[in-house]
Parts: sequence; C-alpha cells; structure tokens
Amino acid sequence: MTTTYAPPARPATSEVGRSSERQDIRAKLTGEAVYMADIPADDALHVKLLRSPVAHARLNGVDTSGAMEVPGVVAVVVAEDLRDFNGTWGHFVRDRPLMATDIIRFAGEIVAAVVAETEAAARAAINLVDIDYEILTPILDVNEAVAPGAARVHDGPRTPGFACPPGTEFYDGNDFYRYVVAYDKNDEAADDDLVVVEHEYAFPAVYQYAMEPHAVIATWEPDSITVQTSCQHPFLVREELAVIYGMPVEAVRIKVPYVGGGFGSKSYSKMEPVAVAIARHVGRTVRLVNDVSDAMVTTRRHSMRCRMRTSARRDGMLVAREASILMETGAYADNGPTVTMVAGMAAVGPYRWRAMGITASCVYTHLPPAGSYRGFGAAHMQWVGESQIDEIARLTGLDRLEIRRNNLLSRGEEYIPGQRPLDADLLGDLEAVAAHVGWGDPATPWRGRGISAGVSPAGASPKSQARVEIDEGRIVVHSGSQEIGQGARTVHAQIAAEVLGVDLDLVFVPATDTSVTPFDRSTGASRSTTVAGLAVMRAAEDLAARVVAKIASENGIPPELLSREGRRILGPDREWDLLDFGPVSGRGSADELAPGLNGPTIFWEVCVAAAQATVDPDTGVVEVGDVVTIADVGKAINPSLVERQDEGCTMQSIGNALFEEMHFDEGGVLLNDSLLDYRVPTLRDLPQSMECIIVENADGPGPFGAKGCGEGVFGGLTAALVCAVHDAGAPIRELPMSPDRVWRSVQGLAQSADR
Amino acid sequence: MRLTVNGKAQTVDAEDGDLLLDVLRDKFGLTSPKKSCGFQVCGACTVLVDSVPVSSCCYLAGDALTAEVQTVEGFADEPLFADMLEVFAKHNAFQCGYCAPGFVMTLKPLLTQGSLRSLDDVVRELAGNICRCTGYKPIVAAVCELAGIAAEDADRR
Repeated sequence: MTTTYAPPARPATSEVGRSSERQDIRAKLTGEAVYMADIPADDALHVKLLRSPVAHARLNGVDTSGAMEVPGVVAVVVAEDLRDFNGTWGHFVRDRPLMATDIIRFAGEIVAAVVAETEAAARAAINLVDIDYEILTPILDVNEAVAPGAARVHDGPRTPGFACPPGTEFYDGNDFYRYVVAYDKNDEAADDDLVVVEHEYAFPAVYQYAMEPHAVIATWEPDSITVQTSCQHPFLVREELAVIYGMPVEAVRIKVPYVGGGFGSKSYSKMEPVAVAIARHVGRTVRLVNDVSDAMVTTRRHSMRCRMRTSARRDGMLVAREASILMETGAYADNGPTVTMVAGMAAVGPYRWRAMGITASCVYTHLPPAGSYRGFGAAHMQWVGESQIDEIARLTGLDRLEIRRNNLLSRGEEYIPGQRPLDADLLGDLEAVAAHVGWGDPATPWRGRGISAGVSPAGASPKSQARVEIDEGRIVVHSGSQEIGQGARTVHAQIAAEVLGVDLDLVFVPATDTSVTPFDRSTGASRSTTVAGLAVMRAAEDLAARVVAKIASENGIPPELLSREGRRILGPDREWDLLDFGPVSGRGSADELAPGLNGPTIFWEVCVAAAQATVDPDTGVVEVGDVVTIADVGKAINPSLVERQDEGCTMQSIGNALFEEMHFDEGGVLLNDSLLDYRVPTLRDLPQSMECIIVENADGPGPFGAKGCGEGVFGGLTAALVCAVHDAGAPIRELPMSPDRVWRSVQGLAQSADR
Repeated sequence: MRLTVNGKAQTVDAEDGDLLLDVLRDKFGLTSPKKSCGFQVCGACTVLVDSVPVSSCCYLAGDALTAEVQTVEGFADEPLFADMLEVFAKHNAFQCGYCAPGFVMTLKPLLTQGSLRSLDDVVRELAGNICRCTGYKPIVAAVCELAGIAAEDADRR
C-alpha cells in the first residue's frame, strides 16, 4: 500500500526557521549545566567493575576475599549473588547476563563489582578480586563464525526482547538474524552482455566516543526503582528495568540530566541493569561511572564484511545487485538486528534495479557487543555500493554524475518494494553537491573527487507524546525525546513558541523525568524533530484550543466568535493573553504518523555528499579537500542547529573513513582502549572546507514539513570520500583509508578484504 | 592541604598525590572541569595553574600548592568571559557542552596574551581540546571572531 503524506499547510513564520541560540549553551559554558558525574551522591556507594581479561572462558569461580578486606569495601557482587531472579536482558534479544555466569563471552564482560564507601577504595579493591577461569577458543572472525560446524557463541534458541518487532524470525547458529531484500522484476528480456563488478569489502569496528562516558546512580526499593542516568532512551531503559525486575513501568523512574553526547552509545540500556542489580543486592544507592576503557567495551559500531556484485548494460543502465553482508555484533545482540536491517537496506542503493538479492546477517562473535552508532547501516554499506557504481561508470565510459542521473530514483518511486516511496529530490541534491566540488573541472594527478547518493530509513517508531503547559506566565514543554547535545530542547521550544506566538525565552523545556514527562520511544533514527517535534506542535495547538474553549465557556461567548493571533485571543469586544491562563495543559501525539506503511521508514533520510581528496603516493596519506553535505530537512526549524549536526557528522565521517579503528589482539582483547591509542578527529583533521547545504522542500512528515537530520552525512560522506580517493588513484575496499592501506592500493598490492 | 582556587585559599582533606581534577570536583565542588579521557589527550579537564592551562586529570594536586588555580567558575565574572559567552552562544558553538569549559580555559590565556593571529595558530593551540559533536567549524569561527582573525581566513585552512 502506498500512502503519500501531505505536510501540514502553515505559513512560514517567525520563530521556526530562525537560527536561535541554543537554550542551554550559556549553562554549558559557565559549567552550571549538571551532567551525571556532577550530581552530588554523598550517600551513594561507589562501584568499580571487574571485567574479564579474556574473550572466551569457562568461569570456575571468583575469589572475593582479598577485596573484602580493603577498608571501605561494603560488598563484592558476583553473578552467584543475583541468582534469585532472571537478570537476562536485552531489548531485541534477551541474551545477556548482568554478570558473567559460567561462560565468559568477551574480554570486558563484567565478572564482579566492588561496592565501597569511596571510589578510591573500590578502585583499590578491584585488583584484589581473583577470577578462576579456563580459557576457551574464541570466535573472533565473522567468516569463521558462520562457517559450517562453527562453535556457537550462544546455545539454544534466541529469546525475543521487549522491543523485538512482532514476527521477527531468528535462526540457529551465530548468524541468528537475517534481513533480505530479494526481487526480480524480470520485465525485460535478460541481457547477456553485461558489465559486472564484484569485490569483497570490510568496515572496521569503531567507537562512538561520546565525551562523557556512561554514568548511573541507582536506588532500589522493594516496590520501586529510581535511576539517574546519562542515556538516550529513558523510556526504554524504564521498560527494560521493569522487565528484569518484574515491576510495572510506573514503579520505575528514570531521570536524565545533561547528557555529554550519545551518537547511539547511550541508546537502549547499557549500565543501568547491572547498576540496579548491585543497588538491589547491597540495599543502598550506588553510583557507577564508566572510564573510557569501560565505555569502549560497553558498545561500539559493528564491523562488517561483505561481498557485493553489481551489473549494468553496456549503456550504463543498472540491472542487478547482489550482496552478502555479515554484520559482526559481538557477544550480545544489543541493537544488532536493527543495524543489520538498515545495512541491508543501504546496500540496495537509490537506483532503478531490475533484480535485487541482498542478504544481511547479524553474527555473534566473542568480541565486545556492538550497537547503534550514528548513521548505522548507511555508514557501513553506502560506500560499498557507490564505489561499485563508480566502477560501472568507468567500465561503460560514463561520467560518474551522468550514470547516477540516468539511474537515480525520482520522488514517489519505491526504494524497497512495499515501503514508503522516495520522498526527496535526490538528483537535485546530487547536482548541488557536485557543482560545489568542481565536477567536470580537469583532473589533477593524485587529486580526486567523489559524489554519492543514498537514503536511510529514519524515524524508527511513531511513538511520541508531548505535553505543553502554561505555568506562571511561561510555556513549559514536556517532551521525552532526550536532549543529548543535538539541540532537541531548543527545537521543541521553537516549535511551541511558533505555534503559540510567544517569545522563545518564555518557553522552558525541562529535563526528562519519566514520572512527569510523557512517553517518547527514543532519541535516535533522526526522529526528535520529526516525530517528537510533531507531538510538541500538536500539544501546543491543543493547549491553545483549550484556552480558547475556556474563554468561551467562562465568558459565555460562542467559540466561533473567538479567534487567535499568536498569544492574543480576540473576542468581539475584548482580548485575552494566552499566558494569563494557567495552569492549562495541552497534549499531542505523533502515534499515527505513518499509517499503512510497511517497514521502519517514517521518512527517508537523504545521504548525499561530495568530497575532494588528495593522495600522497609515497606515504599513502589522504588529505581531505572541500567537502559538502546535504541536509535535506524539509524545513529547517533552526538552520544553525541543522548545520551543527551536519558539520559534526562530517568530522565523525572523516574519522571513521580515514583513521578510526578498534584493534583487537589475537585473543580478542581490545588493544586501543583509550584516547591515547584510539584517535578521534581534532582540529588538525579539519578538511580544507566543509559546507552544509540546507534543502527545504517542505516534504517531511514532521512539523512545518520538517524531517530529521544529522545522520545522513555518515552514509553520504563516507562514500564520497572512498570514491574521491579511488578517483585520486587509490581504489579502497577496506576502511579506514589509513596510510598503509592507501599506500598498498597505490602500489597495486592486495588488500586484506581480498585475502 | 591548602590550595588557592578561584582566588580563595581553602584547606581541604586531600593528599599531594591526588589528582587535581578529583580534588577540584570532589573537595571544592567545582564541576566545570570534566573527566573524559583521563590521559591528558582530550582537554575536557583543562584548568589554569598560574595562568597556564593544564590537564587536571593528570596533574597532581600537590604540584599546585603554591599556585593560583582557576576554573570556569572563577573566570566567569571577568569581562573576557562575558565576551566569550556572547560569541560562542551566537555561533551555537557547542552541542553536548561537555568539552566547553575545557575550551574556555585553554582559550583564556591565548586571548589574554594575544597569541592567536592566524587560523594556523588557532588549529595548533586548540588541537589538544577534543569536541566530538560540532565538527569544530563553529568553534573556529567563534575563536577567530574573538581573536580578531579575518573571516576569510577562518573559512579555509
């Protein structure tokens, strides 16, 4: 079924579309903004976790006696202490113990927790806990993991988690989840004279590196749980804890202070389940603050390996694509199945195909668990497909922009059968970025240009509610789409200010507290503006309608004689100020945002970018020239914040594409578990220039025709960089494009993906 | 231990070997310096010791006994901070904000001494402060504006 969405018809007005100052930026600069680790917790016990030093082992026992002798230590908690309830958790697959029980499945898995009166005591005691284990052979490579007869990381069938979509099928073996796109339109005679490109590709494990590592304060009482946490999905943390501890969701309260970055690393539950287990065991409030080395084995991006084949006619018209994709999710599923699905979708490419055969598998290994990271799936797969389009162009003698012009989907065409049709002007976006990097200018030795087009499913779930209140002459917006730095609070305030005709500084968006804030599913999939923002807009409209109705009934005026101009409500012979009323509260929901659509897509996030790159043939060093990205956002509620999102994603894409990579030793132990050895971009890595082009076609399903932003750059720019480096003379099929790989490519030596 | 922090000498229960970051946060209740990498790489914990920016996560409190320590809390009353606030806010130069106080404290002596004269200076001097959110562009724009570096220089490296 196909549904086209008509954006709400509203005039472009004052607050929406303005590059307003972030409401929180002054508090962040003065240091007044309170993050998790800043919260005083004088009464709390401090927790340090002992993590497994090996990737796979049989756990015979834990000797806690030495640690217990350290002054200030209150308890050392091990799995044995948590056996009176089923602590197995996981939102998609319930596959994860709170602490390792009899089998250790990754280096970094929690084996014990020291709980002490001071952080120093906990830190001192953790080294005195002895683990008795027997090392088993780990499975670290996805190809090994899916080989016939491979040992299983997990025995038995998979148990769906609370957020597993109904009807999800799991499979035996380490490749426990598959996403397939398969069709053969077969509407023309098969051509036998085809141009074919086929290679293997690899993408590394990388780390999100939010500046603030995970931190939790947890309190257990027999009939309630209270958690303060640095998280992106407070309502899904609430549900996870309710499931584990057998409580109604209303008995679980999650409060979230300022969050020091997320990028997916704080999605779903991370440290909260184990923190609550420890609090429950010791009967006191506990405080758990991850170091970076803890955080890096808590979550990361999936590594990927794939084989892809693309075919086209001699005139450059694309025919078919096949891909077999292995997404390495580590020892526990986390959000791996969703990442795998989106990777499979991204592998398709936004072109008119006759046949498609994509299989993306989510694969367990004995590495630390991988989950969501900004732009997942598209970051993994768009560069693979786009580099094959470039190769087809070279083989057919077509310009790389021309071949895309000839094959790109138009607005309204289906990307994947049965799913939301394409809702953007990809060709217009692509022409814009190509012009920006001097497409068609003469080629220069060792200097290349790349362009790329793609789309990624976004919105995730139309489950957002909001409440907008008048309180003491101000507007208060309650929205649970978490502010993690992206600017959600400011955007939601702007939407409410716009609808109600009030100044932005009269609108306040408090921090999330699940006992007060209405339900919002999550902060991810670029949904805060589109989905949560729509709920805020409707709540503000509902508030205004309630005030008008109140005036009508209190004054005996027929409602049709009242009209509203911003915050002024005009009657036949007098007027009222909306802000004089209170307390009045309006509610809004985005729950019916995408009726009748199959698949996860509320809108397609555009992944279009272009880049220039220079390769030094002697050293393999890549220098990034001009980069340009498209923010095809329908309507930019706050253009400045849209640019900030794209620019930030630009630098993360450059890091992922050029140098970020988690290295594991042959036993599966993370080698570069600190910022000393895991490099993220600094000011020295800035490209020659970065430009974000905002495209506003009012074609999104969100408020004022908006759709989300901030993630599309990852797919688009990673691909544009790979294509630019190839154009400069170094075809790359394994990321990152580190100097050694680029140098090998220039020398014509094999890359490991081909080995 | 007696430390002079933000202009006030105060005795706190701490040892020479304690990290300055921990002492400032836990004993003085100053939470603007943030713990992030713990290895003197990211700059989020930057404070001034006798007007010199240091990574307080790797600086022993005992080495600051005779010095003046300053955090954003102590700098916030000065006119230069007000200028920085206005310009950073205008550019929406930070997002999650976790790195912001570290940038502020690294920048203070650079602006006070007038040592930022070109974009290269900005890149060199601020490369030890990591921001994962913004892509640096608005930070560079704001710093160039504060340092009086021409806008066309700020656009291109």
